[in-house]
Amino acid sequence: MTEFLQHIINGLGLGAIYALIALGYTMVFGILQLINFAHGDVYMLGAFIGYYAGRYLGLANVPGLGSLGAALALAMLGAAVAGYLIERFAYRPLRKSPRINVLITAVGVSLLLEFGGQIIFGADPKFFPTLYVPGEPFMIGTLQMNRLQLLVLAISLVLMTGLRTIIFKTKTGRAMRAVSFNHDNAALMGIPVDRIISVTFMLGSALAGAAGILVGLTYPKIDPLMGVMFGLKAFVAAVVGGIGNVTGAVIGALLMGVAESLVIAYWASTYRDALAFGILILILLFKPAGLLGTHRQEKV
Amino acid sequence: MNWKNNSTLRAGVVMILGILFFFGLGAIIPTLFNAYVFTIVMYAGINVTAAVSLNLVTGITGQFSMGHAGFMSVGAYAAAFLTTVILPTAEIPPALVPLVFAGSLFFGGIVAAILGLVVGLPSLRLRGDYLAIVTLGFGEIIRVVILNVETIGGARGLPGIPQWTSFGWVYSVAFLAVLTVRRLLASSHGRAFLAVREDEIAAEAMGVNTTRYKVLAFIIGAFFAGVSGGLFGHFLTYLNPATFDFNRSFEIIIMIVLGGLGSTTGAVAAALFLTFLREALRPLQEITQLDFRMIIYSGLLIVLMLTRPNGFLGTKELTDFGFFRRFKGLRQ
Amino acid sequence: MKFHSSFFTSVLLAAGTLVLAPGCNKSTQTGSTATDPANEIVIGEVGSLTGNEATFGTSTRDGIRLAIEQINQSGGIQNKKLRVVTMDNQGKPEEAATAVTKLITQDRVIAILGEVASSRSLAMAPIAQTNKVPMVTPSSTNPKVTQVGDYIFRVCFIDPFQGSVMAKFAHGTLKVKKAAILRDVKNDYSVGLANFFTETFKKLGGEVVVDQSYSAGDVDFKSQLTSIKTKEPEAIFVPGYYTEVGLIARQARELGIKAPLLGGDGWDSAKLTEIGGKALEGSYFSNHYSPDDTSEHVQKFIAAYKAKFGGVPDGLAAMGYDAAMVLADAMKRAKTLEKDDIREALANTKDFQGVTGRITIDHDRNAVKPAVVLEVKSGGFAYKETINPS
Repeated sequence: MTEFLQHIINGLGLGAIYALIALGYTMVFGILQLINFAHGDVYMLGAFIGYYAGRYLGLANVPGLGSLGAALALAMLGAAVAGYLIERFAYRPLRKSPRINVLITAVGVSLLLEFGGQIIFGADPKFFPTLYVPGEPFMIGTLQMNRLQLLVLAISLVLMTGLRTIIFKTKTGRAMRAVSFNHDNAALMGIPVDRIISVTFMLGSALAGAAGILVGLTYPKIDPLMGVMFGLKAFVAAVVGGIGNVTGAVIGALLMGVAESLVIAYWASTYRDALAFGILILILLFKPAGLLGTHRQEKV
Repeated sequence: MNWKNNSTLRAGVVMILGILFFFGLGAIIPTLFNAYVFTIVMYAGINVTAAVSLNLVTGITGQFSMGHAGFMSVGAYAAAFLTTVILPTAEIPPALVPLVFAGSLFFGGIVAAILGLVVGLPSLRLRGDYLAIVTLGFGEIIRVVILNVETIGGARGLPGIPQWTSFGWVYSVAFLAVLTVRRLLASSHGRAFLAVREDEIAAEAMGVNTTRYKVLAFIIGAFFAGVSGGLFGHFLTYLNPATFDFNRSFEIIIMIVLGGLGSTTGAVAAALFLTFLREALRPLQEITQLDFRMIIYSGLLIVLMLTRPNGFLGTKELTDFGFFRRFKGLRQ
Repeated sequence: MKFHSSFFTSVLLAAGTLVLAPGCNKSTQTGSTATDPANEIVIGEVGSLTGNEATFGTSTRDGIRLAIEQINQSGGIQNKKLRVVTMDNQGKPEEAATAVTKLITQDRVIAILGEVASSRSLAMAPIAQTNKVPMVTPSSTNPKVTQVGDYIFRVCFIDPFQGSVMAKFAHGTLKVKKAAILRDVKNDYSVGLANFFTETFKKLGGEVVVDQSYSAGDVDFKSQLTSIKTKEPEAIFVPGYYTEVGLIARQARELGIKAPLLGGDGWDSAKLTEIGGKALEGSYFSNHYSPDDTSEHVQKFIAAYKAKFGGVPDGLAAMGYDAAMVLADAMKRAKTLEKDDIREALANTKDFQGVTGRITIDHDRNAVKPAVVLEVKSGGFAYKETINPS
């Protein structure tokens, strides 16, 4: 029983990280109905910004919440800028093109970041500097949880609430929902569609940047391809929760983390990577709108 | 029998003539080039088949598939499993080798086609983005499964495959793939594939069974991808799951995008061009010690989509140009 | 007519590359600057200089470069200078095959050095064998590699031996009775070591209580480690690459697992302790050589390497160096510089004093030599013991 509970806790810790990335996916998809393949790579960029900040700005010499905060701010800023540029130069010109073209471009951007990263940062893994020392793991009886993962879980929940507030309580949020509903109608109502989409991209990318730092701290090994699998799994999590739904993304991500943990523990650890896609296929076949999503009727 | 009016007969004649031509050419080609250039020529031919088959799925039917390398690997492993693990290859009399090889390639193609059916089925309910992710996922699942099957080598790979693939085989298969796609488009079903690409809902409203055509495209595409995988395995004589990763799928995607989604001629030209370009860029890589090739590919993909989304040829074919236009009649 | 022009441009470009491709054989060259072909011996090297496993390829290449430079400085072979043509394979088997074909047919090399990974050596070996070009792999440890044919050699030990080394060490020195395994399924090397470890360890009377796996690239291993923890093993054998081992060690300690980790030569990198930090202290791995070795020629090698590239050479650099040296030694002993004679001389290599130990090529063209066990100690690797082949 203890072992089982420990597996659940491990899964929640992992799921919290998926959640951070899934939030960005779900926001971008919500507004553009586009899978931003490059999202996982923006998260990688965030981690590398943290790496260089820790190394060359001396943040690693004074580990603590201050350093962590500074690195988070830098990474979120950098990722937001990257998100803006990607949207502005790769996606916006294609807004009226067939979907397949946008999709191919998204894949292209993702690969450009991955292979560009391999050349600029080097292909070999890097040690992520210790920006924050979390202290001993948090114990409940013999069960333990890494304090960092606890922090990540808390941050995901706070961000989720924050995003919900933005989307449902602010003027920008209302504009986002309008754009998500229909671009042309939103434009007719005087909403600056392009700017709203940019803001959404930047917001989503900033979340990915933050995730990069937090993952770097939890698993201090980063490399230019780190975003591929995490990105895909986070996307699956977002679909499971109901893509476009912020709460759903977090729930889906936590479920994914726990499912993965249990599969490794009780079934076969070799099929771990196949699991996420298995779940995705099942969800799409039987409940395509996800757990919390609403079904969209396609109109001619 | 009036051969001018019987298109099936005519296609059969063209097919046999084509195969004879490529096997004849195969007798000369290896003497013209050294082994290195010959290797590239062979890979180019294998890529042509892969690109033409993906073009049927993605370019012509409009179903963005990111797992084409998965089908190649299944075909490659299935064919190699027959010739390397099951059959006593060393004892097969040389006269029977072409027969056994053709059978193995066909087997590989069929296994891949069955998988194409399995992957194609979810596409009944999935569109665009979701399908892309699901095909990517299938490619990954296939790779993970192969990694875990010890009888075909697992992570170590499968060495000792007989080297049976020759120039004639590679280019005959490529020729067959092109011919099949052309015949398919010229048939009464041809417009249905295009209709699915242009507008699924409208196509359905017009009475096109969109499901059927999507699945059919996946099955045929997977079959030829599988056969091309079989050719690859029997040329390299060694298979490793890592060969068929996502980057491989991506290379085939860029081939059809560069050539022009929907153009078989474009797919053929781009597959040849990119395979040779890869090798031409090798010195650059050796001097810089950096892998610029994928950067160039992905950059090219973005620039193409932004400036010339129809690739070099759009949906045009060789038979749409000047001199070759006179052969257009062969389609109907 | 827009389509016309672009179509023909693409055809022309394709044709152009077809014509150019055979001409593009200017590769990076190291070693001698001699240009007179009569006075040089050309050998080829294939390695992963880019891609995920770039660090392995570059280390090996540096070791080979150093060896070639030293050989040429001491007068070369039969008054000829050695020249190495190095080609990259991006860590892909099919690229390795193309590269080796190019080396043999266009650069007309008389011997080949490489590859590090067995999967790529397995793709290269049939081509070298068909063309009867001797191939020496520095560090492909899978037994299948040299079984391809009589032109394929290696200067490292093979997986069955390395797996048994750690089993013997765990059983004999650490007195471990219950061991756990955490293998990387994506990696033939890791799977091989895990299997041979299990075999020997059981034979010695030990018990493998749990066998878990992961895939290279994973970052979270807590589920596997939690399962391992409940079985209370006294040691955990993790025969993966250093890239994951550091994280595994950290998470194991976090979960309160005190048992030492054991591993193979894939651990050998300065990055291991950087990522793993204190979590790895007191863990052990088998390797080809120890930089602590005080014997003169090892220290000379380390000094020369430091002077040329900076930094202590890792195991792969040492293997690359030895592979080149063994090949050069065979060339010196060969009757002529024909491929067949070089092959013959390679097969007769006996008690060659390399930096990774005394190398004797056995009947199966594998090197018979001892392995060393290193301990992770205060952020570095300390020599623990040498285990000889039985």
